[in-house]
Amino acid sequence: MLKEIKVLKSHGRQYIKDLRKQPVPGLFRGRPVISGDITADEIKSVSSLCPVMAIDNKSGSIDLGKCVFCKECSFLLPAKIRFTNDYRIASNVRETLIIQPDSENPVRLEAEIVRKEIRKLFKNALKLRQVSAGGDNSCELELNATGNVNFDFGRYGIEFVASPRHADGIVITGPISENMSEPLQICYDAIPDPKIIILAGTDAISGGIFEGSPAINRHFIDENHIDLYVPGNPIHPLTFINGVMDLLGIR
Amino acid sequence: MSQKLYSEIKNNSFPIDLKEIPVLKYNIFYEQVSDLLKNEANHCVAYYGLATSGILKFYCYIADDNNNSIAVFSHEQNDNKTVLKSLTMVWSQLQIFEREIHENFGVKFEGHPWLKPVRYSHNRFDKSNIINNYPFYTIESEELHEVGVGPIHAGVIEPGHFRFICNGEKVLHLEIQLGYQHRGIEKLLIEKKDSLQRCILSENIAGDTSIGHTLAHSQLIESLAGIEVSETLQIERCIALEMERIAVHIGDTAALCGDVAYQLGQVVCEALRTLIINATQLWCGNRFGKGLVRPGGSNYPLNNDVANEILRVLTDTDRRFCEVADRIYSLPSLLARFEDIGKVTREQAMSIGAVGMAARTCGISRDIRVSHPFQFYRNYPVQQVTLETGDVFARGMQRNLEVHESVKIIRGLIEIWRQKNMEINIPIYNYKLKQNKVGISIIEGWRGEICHSAITDTDGNIEHYKVKDPSMHNWLALALAVRNQEISDFPICNKSFNLSYCGNDL
Repeated sequence: MLKEIKVLKSHGRQYIKDLRKQPVPGLFRGRPVISGDITADEIKSVSSLCPVMAIDNKSGSIDLGKCVFCKECSFLLPAKIRFTNDYRIASNVRETLIIQPDSENPVRLEAEIVRKEIRKLFKNALKLRQVSAGGDNSCELELNATGNVNFDFGRYGIEFVASPRHADGIVITGPISENMSEPLQICYDAIPDPKIIILAGTDAISGGIFEGSPAINRHFIDENHIDLYVPGNPIHPLTFINGVMDLLGIR
Repeated sequence: MSQKLYSEIKNNSFPIDLKEIPVLKYNIFYEQVSDLLKNEANHCVAYYGLATSGILKFYCYIADDNNNSIAVFSHEQNDNKTVLKSLTMVWSQLQIFEREIHENFGVKFEGHPWLKPVRYSHNRFDKSNIINNYPFYTIESEELHEVGVGPIHAGVIEPGHFRFICNGEKVLHLEIQLGYQHRGIEKLLIEKKDSLQRCILSENIAGDTSIGHTLAHSQLIESLAGIEVSETLQIERCIALEMERIAVHIGDTAALCGDVAYQLGQVVCEALRTLIINATQLWCGNRFGKGLVRPGGSNYPLNNDVANEILRVLTDTDRRFCEVADRIYSLPSLLARFEDIGKVTREQAMSIGAVGMAARTCGISRDIRVSHPFQFYRNYPVQQVTLETGDVFARGMQRNLEVHESVKIIRGLIEIWRQKNMEINIPIYNYKLKQNKVGISIIEGWRGEICHSAITDTDGNIEHYKVKDPSMHNWLALALAVRNQEISDFPICNKSFNLSYCGNDL
């Protein structure tokens, strides 16, 4: 027993008190800021460098739904593009994920278009079923981490459940492999209405580096209304947590 | 057969000329494989096929762990009509490779006991084979029942289907059917000509092994392009690889504790894993080390501040992990769930060609860092950890011992790193690969042996790219481990291996 107490003493207090304001350590690659004076030539060079065509070759905007956060554009033009440690980059509007040059504006969720029943029914408890559809296990690990001793998302009644019958929504990771497209649909159909769809990670939002591969099938995304886009490669637990809190209107 | 009918290549060295690789008649090929595998120090790293200008070519790599060399040889067939005598009959470790060849090209292997699809790849030979019609093994009996699990599992994990045949609570047989994670990675690695795209693909092969797979890829590119990297960079790559090992091993220990409802162990290990991956993020901005390893150089050279922080975190983690591991591996209620559960014998592991951790827990010395040293491990010998019992306990304890060993390695490496010239190049993306070569790169990731191999054409383009994750070998070990176990012990057996679905499905 004494040894257990020693373990607990070393463990100390690990939980993050304020999930809204927790700073992330080090060189986190979060929301990019593109300088307003980026030239047309510079835009062309970073746009052709980008491995996932996330940079528009005319406007120079960066689409976080496509970005794999490799930061190569910033290494090429450190004075013009920088990645901040702002991890609050989730939104319910796909276009909001496109960061324009000369903008310091944070990515925000548009509260007025959130379906009314979502906030009414799920604000105090949201149970989610996760489906990995070609996910590489990094987003899955980060989603698991949202419930761990550090992040403890369960404090808001938000957690992952085993059965779709018990769930209020689905969280999809991965570009959606052809072989997973049917199980995904079956799982989604088994969730009772009303239900939400969250796309976690760049692969899920746009296919990421796998976009165009014949072995993936993204019909599900095209045919359904997406309630929340959470960019990242993989997503940071705090990006997911803050995105869901914004969606539900938790302060 | 005493004659050597193969070319030899050293890991992470010069690639070999395509024309130097002997093309054997199949019966000679068959004997050559048999001859090599008779020696326990040899195991099959990869055996795969490719179709070029109407001919099917098959390459086989067999690693000699005693002499740090890899035997490379091949055979060719004009079409898939010729029925080949299956090597799996005698050498079970080839089962997965022959299955893969059968799935991709329709080649028939006579006598293969289990010629079933591996991953339902998009380019499979027979498209009428669909994932819903997997030919599961069945036993007719009124006493037995079947349990199907997946593809979607209860937890937040990757998809795969497990089909159990049970006698009461006891598992008679488990069949593991994968393929749900197939994204067509190998094909994309050939099609995407941009070298940065290939790096991004490599780090997404298996996100829990981002550093391992990107290192295998970078090493392959460097050997094919003739790029030499500094010792400083080699040291930094080894540090990154060991940090990945520590983080996953501690995370898996948490998961094992979770499965046996030992909450103290679970939460403490979860928190410790967080410290390690946050240190990785401090270094490179990503908790999984994505972006850290690149061919020819690094965007994130280690600096003194980061090195000091890594050492501080490791010292703290090592002490705390020691404290909690001492509890985990001595409490009788936990030991009762770990010991003698999910046993794989040395003989079984040897026969299926198990690699990495799964092999080392069964008394087999198989660690690429030792047998085919790469990067700075060539100058910094690693103490290999092996255990004998091959059960869940051994796979837990192995992680515990490897964490301490990796902490020691990182400490030693940072000491050497401090004396080096700190100059590190930026990554090289505009490389030119040598023509008509075969390059092989193997490394020891936390699961075990990762192999990336490529063949270049007359213009120096990548004609074929082969990825082998250690899970390819080791999934069968899990199936064997649960035989005659209670089905309720399946989750803990599965966790104790923690194999990759996407690494298998590619």
